[in-house]
Amino acid sequence: MNNNTDQKTLDSMHAEHGKTVGQPFCQDAKFSTRNVDVFYADNQAIYDVSLDMGKNEVIALIGPSGCGKSTYLRCLNRMNDTIDICKVTGQLLLDGQDIYAKDQDPVLLRARVGMVFQKPNPFPKSIYDNVAYGPRIHGLTSNKAELDDLVEESLIKAGLFKEVKDRLESPGTGLSGGQQQRLCIARTIAVQPEVILMDEPASALDPIATAIIEELISELRKNYTIVIVTHSMQQAARVSQRTAYFHLGKLIEVGETNQIFTNPAHDLTEKYITGRFG
Amino acid sequence: MTVSAILFLLVLLAAFSYFMGRQKIHAVYQQQRQNVDTNVRSKAKFTLPKYFGYVAALWSLVPALLVLLVIEIIDEPIITTQLTDYMVQSNLNVGNNFDLYLNEIQNLDANNLADVEHAKIKVFEKLNHLNKIASTAKSVIVLALAILMTIFGLKKITVGIPARQYFEKAIEIILLLAASIAVLTTVGIVLSVLFESIRFFGEIPVVDFMFGTQWSPQTAIRADQVGSSAAFGAVPLFIGTMLISFVALTVAVPLGLMSAIFLSEYASSGFRAFAKPVLEILAGIPTVVYGFFAALTVAPFIRELGQSIGLSVASESALAAGLVMGIMIIPFVSSLADDVISAVPQAMREGSLGLGATKSETIVKVLIPAALPGIVGGVLLAASRAIGETMIVVMAAGLAANLTVNPLNAVTTVTVQIVTLLTGDQEFDSAKTLAAFALGLMLFLTTLVLNIIALHVVRKYREQYD
Repeated sequence: MNNNTDQKTLDSMHAEHGKTVGQPFCQDAKFSTRNVDVFYADNQAIYDVSLDMGKNEVIALIGPSGCGKSTYLRCLNRMNDTIDICKVTGQLLLDGQDIYAKDQDPVLLRARVGMVFQKPNPFPKSIYDNVAYGPRIHGLTSNKAELDDLVEESLIKAGLFKEVKDRLESPGTGLSGGQQQRLCIARTIAVQPEVILMDEPASALDPIATAIIEELISELRKNYTIVIVTHSMQQAARVSQRTAYFHLGKLIEVGETNQIFTNPAHDLTEKYITGRFG
Repeated sequence: MTVSAILFLLVLLAAFSYFMGRQKIHAVYQQQRQNVDTNVRSKAKFTLPKYFGYVAALWSLVPALLVLLVIEIIDEPIITTQLTDYMVQSNLNVGNNFDLYLNEIQNLDANNLADVEHAKIKVFEKLNHLNKIASTAKSVIVLALAILMTIFGLKKITVGIPARQYFEKAIEIILLLAASIAVLTTVGIVLSVLFESIRFFGEIPVVDFMFGTQWSPQTAIRADQVGSSAAFGAVPLFIGTMLISFVALTVAVPLGLMSAIFLSEYASSGFRAFAKPVLEILAGIPTVVYGFFAALTVAPFIRELGQSIGLSVASESALAAGLVMGIMIIPFVSSLADDVISAVPQAMREGSLGLGATKSETIVKVLIPAALPGIVGGVLLAASRAIGETMIVVMAAGLAANLTVNPLNAVTTVTVQIVTLLTGDQEFDSAKTLAAFALGLMLFLTTLVLNIIALHVVRKYREQYD
């Protein structure tokens, strides 16, 4: 924020626009969320967010720090379940099924909705075991040869296989930051999810590693629905088809990425993407 | 004047120096402040007067203390030399054992001289006289020095001296002294045990001690005595120690590990806040309490249990001692394991859960492997605690040095034998008592090696996430 006047106008704008601007809904949605509220104990972090994520699209969630975009992302695979004080209300449907339904097993949900985290977090195991981790617990393969193939295929898809094929048994923690993140992506792909959630996947990486990850995301889009939280507007512009702008826990505007970055409909969005706050 | 009185006076003097020194600098500051204008005053940085007070106090205290220490060390030899000279001059017949005679005189009671021969009384009086002179000289020298140094120190402190740096240096030296006392004590204990052990190995060959299977340390006093051929084979003791430690670890490792996992991963924060301190109280129970719990409750219970299923169990079984010792060391395992499991980054848990793993899969496949070096470290620390534990085994394990690995039999341990060898009035030059030092040395080496391994493993673990 530049000064007090700016703050005032922002607040008043906020009060005026309770409804999300743009096209939050789409035909043929993979994920469909309606009126989602999230509370941490008594603090509300997300206010009435309704948003669809289409099949085979990359949707970017952008917004200033603390705007709730990561919290929203973590609702999509019930990662917030691990936080005792976190409560989610509203309707979240994956292929039309309520993921917060009583009979929904969060473990199975997470196998369908994979997640890549901000900081690369390979397990302190070998590269092979990192990738084989998910297939092993879900019994995806019936013998060693199949598992080998799946590991290789996942590493190839993640664009890492060439670099590590001779040292699959060396520890995953010994790779560089960018390689570690691609290993984490390979690990996620190996479970054969339908949706991949990415929480600022490149924020801990240098520009070259970031470029490789972004290329990978565009490639993965052919087979998966990808929801990516990012702080970099250039990144959002490069990899996504649609962009959603969050502000103070509210979904302000959703639209085609091109339109959001060239001709935002909402003042707050415009202020954010032109770098006047955030 | 006694040493404690001198010390008391020195402290008083130091307090006096402190206040005088502080006052002196404070007065100078007041003077300066009046002379400079407000603008400059607010920018000037002053060393607080109290630091000058500390420096003054150190001046009056430290030299006097050092001299007192030196006098305390040298006065005894000087007095003895003087006394010897006196006895030689007065041609006293002291017999051939001069040291013994001197010792006798030093132990005379001033109120009970009736039966003592005249010559001795004369020497005794001379000794008292010398002591008195020494004491007076000591008081005068030390106090005079302290007063001189106080005056000198108060003169010496001026606004110009770097009082804060002096004080920092003094603090550093005090801390260094504290640290070296702990280190030197350890070195001293090791050396004394080592030298006594060397004496023991002069009498009993190392090989007999290390590999002998017969332990009966009772040495014959008369040549024709029955059943007292001394044998110092330590193997039964070490097997006994290992057996009891093994039983203890079999109890403590699974229970400790599982309670650690429960506390760090499953328990609600409220339950954790209650259960963790309670578990750690286990470590605070005096081992003698565990000892009689083992001897009076657990051992008879195991014996009856064994009898009811047709097993013969000794009333002091290795099993009873091991079980109770296992309970005792649960906190060592659980507390350390809890720490290392909690230290595994949250990112690891989320990574695993994000792939669709359940909580228990995450624990078994990610958390425990990641925390394993730390857990091993905790187990090794617990093991060295079990090996060195004394009170429980003294009360519950028995004294018979049976060479057995059956936990239902009575066995004895290294620590128990050390206790029995050294309890009561003992002369410290027989193989029997010296054996205790050799056992102590072996025990020390064993736990040292375990501790080194544990530290090494724990350190290796630390590097993993940094």
